[in-house]
Amino acid sequence: MSRPGTLTVYRWELRKLRAQKRTYLGLGAAVLVPIVFSVAVAIQPGEPADVPFGRYINDTGLAFPLVTLLFGSIWFYPLIAALVSGDIVANEDNNGTLKTILTRSVERSQVFFGKVLAAFSYSILAIILTGVVATVAGIIVSGFNPIPTLSGTLETPERGLLLVAGSLAVYLMPILAISSFALLLSTVFRNSAAAVVGTLMFSLLLQLVVIIPGLDGLQPYLLSTQFNSWQGLLRTPADWDPIIRAAWVCAAYAIPSLAIALTVFLRRDVAGG
Amino acid sequence: MSEQPPVALRGLTKQYGHITAVDDVSLTVNEGDVFGYLGPNGAGKTTSLRMMLGLITPTAGEARVFGHDPQKSVDALADVAGFVEAPRFYPYLDGMTNLRLVAALDGNEAKTRIDEALDVVELTGRASDKVGGYSHGMRQRLGIAAALIRRPKLLLLDEPATGLDPGGMRDMRALIARLSAEGMTVMLSSHLLAEVEELCNRVAIVRSGRIVYEGELDELRATAGLTIRLRTSDDEVALRVLSDRRGISDVTRRGAAPIQFRAADEAAIGELSRALADSGALIFELAPSAATLEDLFFELTEGEGDAQAEEKRLDELSDLTGGEQ
Ligand SMILES: Nc1ncnc2c1ncn2[C@@H]1O[C@H](COP(=O)(O)OP(=O)(O)O)[C@@H](O)[C@H]1O
Ligand SMILES: [Mg+2]
Repeated sequence: MSRPGTLTVYRWELRKLRAQKRTYLGLGAAVLVPIVFSVAVAIQPGEPADVPFGRYINDTGLAFPLVTLLFGSIWFYPLIAALVSGDIVANEDNNGTLKTILTRSVERSQVFFGKVLAAFSYSILAIILTGVVATVAGIIVSGFNPIPTLSGTLETPERGLLLVAGSLAVYLMPILAISSFALLLSTVFRNSAAAVVGTLMFSLLLQLVVIIPGLDGLQPYLLSTQFNSWQGLLRTPADWDPIIRAAWVCAAYAIPSLAIALTVFLRRDVAGG
Repeated sequence: MSEQPPVALRGLTKQYGHITAVDDVSLTVNEGDVFGYLGPNGAGKTTSLRMMLGLITPTAGEARVFGHDPQKSVDALADVAGFVEAPRFYPYLDGMTNLRLVAALDGNEAKTRIDEALDVVELTGRASDKVGGYSHGMRQRLGIAAALIRRPKLLLLDEPATGLDPGGMRDMRALIARLSAEGMTVMLSSHLLAEVEELCNRVAIVRSGRIVYEGELDELRATAGLTIRLRTSDDEVALRVLSDRRGISDVTRRGAAPIQFRAADEAAIGELSRALADSGALIFELAPSAATLEDLFFELTEGEGDAQAEEKRLDELSDLTGGEQ
């Protein structure tokens, strides 16, 4: 008889995610989008020249994951992250199962952190999947060739691959911040549709703040800006400033979200179900 | 710590806005009891049980299980299991997996325990089916299984027989009786006294969140039995004789129906019969009323009397039951 804890909850949250359709909906979309994009490029080799790296998609497959991230940042990947993170607490309300798990031997805080870990794991998996599929599909379509950086220098394919991996890792920071916000809404709204839509609206509306005169100075501190911070890696020498800023800006969104969600979860009455 | 009673509620209160769902409830469930928590729908049974399980926070007062406060830590529930309202599980997982999940959250996934529990509730054959396809009765049984794999010393069941067919109810009663015989303390709620009458040794009757009776079921039964029916040749005279007579109370007469009253003891009835004979009213019938425990239960929980009348009724009741409470 071992004492159950956060990891026990985590393990079973993953097991529950594996049994739910929405998990596959999110991961499926994360896989499908780069495939569709690659097929489109293969059939009609035009260049989305208006985004960074768009011009290079016919030169190297390594540009594919980067362009996918750029296209997906405004709402697609936030949606994928929110799909599960916005549901992971509300789902219990929906099924009336909070009373079932909260009357066993795990504390509420352990249940909460187990859920946070599971939601994060899913979001991370979605980004890794999309990156790997985009890279593989891109290499098939355009080859494993050197990639130009934003500074105009050329990186070897091997180093380019490393930079793509690094970019995905940096991209995870705002994604996990979005996940945290979705978890907050999931906990507060107790309704997964409201949490998913709310997260998406938050992600989109935040970008509108800067059109208010005098608030354009906020731009660097918006969550949406952090979705592009990985581009710092693709300069020579690497520009770490946007990445460091992304780290603390994302933390400034994620930590209060999780702290409030935890407080609500610990104090709430489980009166339904 | 085994000195501490399985359940001790002290001044337990829960308010939802201006609704007082549970109003100053105090009661104790002792080891070995099968305790019936009785009251009509909306009386506050489920809300009380939720507080005992740490699911909701009391507005005032306290709930203790084996002396521990379930609001502080789930450790308090180490020897407690049960469910409130209909047990709920993950519909997209099968019965077995749901049980393994709750067992894992208990820190003990021993397969033998799970198999055993499934066997007790006769779900072994359906264990690999998704819970989403279970009937209400099957979920109820799965809920019992989920409670049993915890090997609790105290089992809390919220209207366990609700929604079951007669066969299912009988099985449920047999199971509870067996668990009790094996030494488990059981607290179960019900809106029907008859449903639990033969199981419980003690009951609390709640109405609008307040306890209107707590005590041995036998005492309540004795109380119920002391209601007397009287038919005479001249009921007007009889009523006059009954009024203000020592040991006689609660005289009622509805239309042509026999007079009913409560007698403190048999001596009071004997004296009454003599007084009636002296008064000239001939006795046609003077007998214990068929009023059952169930009638008393309804009277206690559905009487429309104001709070004061209720208090008075309670005082009388506690007089009759020898000052309990
Ligand atoms: N979550 C809640 N919010 C508001 N009122 C509630 C809530 N839960 C219960 N109540 C009210 O509290 C009272 C007691 O309900 P409940 O404990 O479910 O009674 P019972 O289980 O005896 O039928 C009812 O009037 C009910 O409407
Ligand atoms: Mg109820």
